[in-house]
Amino acid sequence: MRKAVVAMSGGVDSSVAAALLVERGYDVTGIMLKLWRGETANNNSGCCNLGAAEDARRVADVLGIPFYVLNFAEHFEDTVVRNFHEDYSAGRTPNPCVRCNQWVKFGALLERAEVLGADVLATGHYARVRGTERDGFRLLRGRDANKDQSYVLWMLGQRELARTLFPVGEMEKAETRRIAEELGLRTARKPDSQEICFVRDGDLAGYVTENIPGASVPGPLVDTGGNVVGEHGGVARYTIGQRKGLRVSLGRPVFVTSIDAERNTVVVGDRGDLAVGAMDVMELRFVSQAPAPGTRVHVQHRAHGEVNEGNLTADAHGARIEFDRPVEAIAPGQSAAFYSATDPDELLGGGVISATVPAAVPA
Amino acid sequence: MEHYLDHAATTPVLPEVTDLMVAILREDYGNPSSVHGAGRRAKELVEDARDRVARAIGARPDEIVFTGGGTEADNLALKGAAAKLRGNGEHVVVSAFEHHAVLDAAHWLEGQGFDVSIAPVTPEGRAESEVVAGLVGPRTILVSVMTVNNEIGTVQHIKAIADAVHGKNPHTVVHTDAVQALGNVPVDLHAWGVDLAAFAAHKLGGPKGVGALFVRSGVAVDAIVHGGGQERGMRSGTLNVAGIAGFGLAAEIAAKEVYEKSERLLAMRERLLTGLRESIPDLVVNGALEHRVAGNLNVSIPGTEGETLLLLLDQAGIACSSGSACASGALDPSHVLLSIGSSRQLARGSLRFSLGRASTDEDVEAVLDALPGIVQQARRAA
Repeated sequence: MRKAVVAMSGGVDSSVAAALLVERGYDVTGIMLKLWRGETANNNSGCCNLGAAEDARRVADVLGIPFYVLNFAEHFEDTVVRNFHEDYSAGRTPNPCVRCNQWVKFGALLERAEVLGADVLATGHYARVRGTERDGFRLLRGRDANKDQSYVLWMLGQRELARTLFPVGEMEKAETRRIAEELGLRTARKPDSQEICFVRDGDLAGYVTENIPGASVPGPLVDTGGNVVGEHGGVARYTIGQRKGLRVSLGRPVFVTSIDAERNTVVVGDRGDLAVGAMDVMELRFVSQAPAPGTRVHVQHRAHGEVNEGNLTADAHGARIEFDRPVEAIAPGQSAAFYSATDPDELLGGGVISATVPAAVPA
Repeated sequence: MEHYLDHAATTPVLPEVTDLMVAILREDYGNPSSVHGAGRRAKELVEDARDRVARAIGARPDEIVFTGGGTEADNLALKGAAAKLRGNGEHVVVSAFEHHAVLDAAHWLEGQGFDVSIAPVTPEGRAESEVVAGLVGPRTILVSVMTVNNEIGTVQHIKAIADAVHGKNPHTVVHTDAVQALGNVPVDLHAWGVDLAAFAAHKLGGPKGVGALFVRSGVAVDAIVHGGGQERGMRSGTLNVAGIAGFGLAAEIAAKEVYEKSERLLAMRERLLTGLRESIPDLVVNGALEHRVAGNLNVSIPGTEGETLLLLLDQAGIACSSGSACASGALDPSHVLLSIGSSRQLARGSLRFSLGRASTDEDVEAVLDALPGIVQQARRAA
């Protein structure tokens, strides 16, 4: 019997993922990760709170599978949280869910699952794995386009995909909920979690002030010409493209166009200043091999964000994407996921955006 | 077949205790506070149990306050004594490796304006009387040192600690969390000279949810649960008659069998340790082996996560423990192991085997069969 470890968050998706594998005859063990020190980090959402652990445990009871909570708090803090703080301190916009997938779920947990004798690790992500060991594995967007989570899975390579299952990726979310209802799982109607699990009540500003004091020091807000036009409340409070909360009145709408953490300066400009013609991406990972220089790709630079077409040229250090048309408001630190131009559902790989190149001003 | 080596967590209820409790639940439904016959019969069962518990721990029956468990008894000791003695001072001393029932109650007292000192313990797992007494001053109202540590099983010289503390300040109340003691070491509270002592029935073959606080004659604590004034006003609430009766019987048996049981468990533990050392030569025993209850073996296995070992052992049908479980069920590195100077790394890779009355040689052999392979598997990834 094939053994599966299911990463259970206490939400409906991972509950149903576990249920589907039980149904398919896997020997399933449910595992929840305790990612935060203390008993609870966020009472309303996320994966680390006590209520979630109880929900997952009761689902496991109904499914008749063993369930354990593993303490990954130190590892999570040393990797995901540290990176989150470093990124904000450097004026970047981090994506902790991507980092958690990279270093925790498909890093330390995948390793742990192997030690526990599991053949595969399953999660409740909406994405699809296709292929075999011999022909290679491919990663596709989830069947439910609205719920697709392949964007946060760009770091998965052949080694990971060979041992990973996404049972709900083949379904519409409504179907997932229906299965949970039918099985009488208590998580059937739980709302989707949106927030960063370690930021209490979604109060990012409060979290930053408390935990990243260096990125909360007020400083000058300047225009693209270098003129001081106001004061900012700490670089971590801003992200590229932000319009709200700038507290300047220049008689026209202004947006954050860049963040210079070293000088503790936030730059604002017109909407046109947000236009990006190209960007550089580091920490590249490809599902299979790196595509040939100049390969046409569809690029997504935000979770559930729009897709932009361009040409990808990768070398050992990173990749440059030249967009066909200017793209607005790309924030360094965010992930870029590359999809195939021939099959827009197929994820080719991705990385972390390191820099952007302004679009050429039209003559 | 399940092999249960986690008696420090809880013990199977003795068959004779179950029989007694079931009979009482069926027949003796009276409220011990009632005047009528049903009440009087229930009252008699409670008082019989009080006599039995008192005899088992070297106390007088009127020094026993029944509670809803060991944690409640510890809370009553710390909060009740602190409230009672507030006029005498505000200083409280607890040892570093107390159970959370004591540590967290002490932490709560800190929030109420009390001043808490933590007495360090030695790498062997001992709280030394000079060290504890050294922290005691004229404003010290309460000292709490456990009799037997729940994780490493080391036995403290409570009499020496009580003497030293009282020598320094005769008004200081000395409490001992004796939850892991009864049934594992002879308990003689009057001889030890302590003022308060906490017990839990389920650690010695009794039911869960029943415990007792010994309150030495002449000492008093304020109630933390108020109501009908049961237990001489120190613990209100209708008494759990069946549970208390079960506790009484279990305590009597535990005290009677303590020497014989210890001898038997000691031989089993030696076999376990010898076998483990053969297959895992770099295994580290946490705390000294001397002055330790016979059934306890706490080891760290370098290069492993206790969590992983525990899961794999569970899958092999072997129950033991590692670290301390938080409310979610996750394991935190043990504060006890950190308190005796273990590195975080070693503390994470710890396993506690605790043998008890029902343990057999087969249980020990099952561990010796399974663990080497499991350790190898766990180390492969590291």
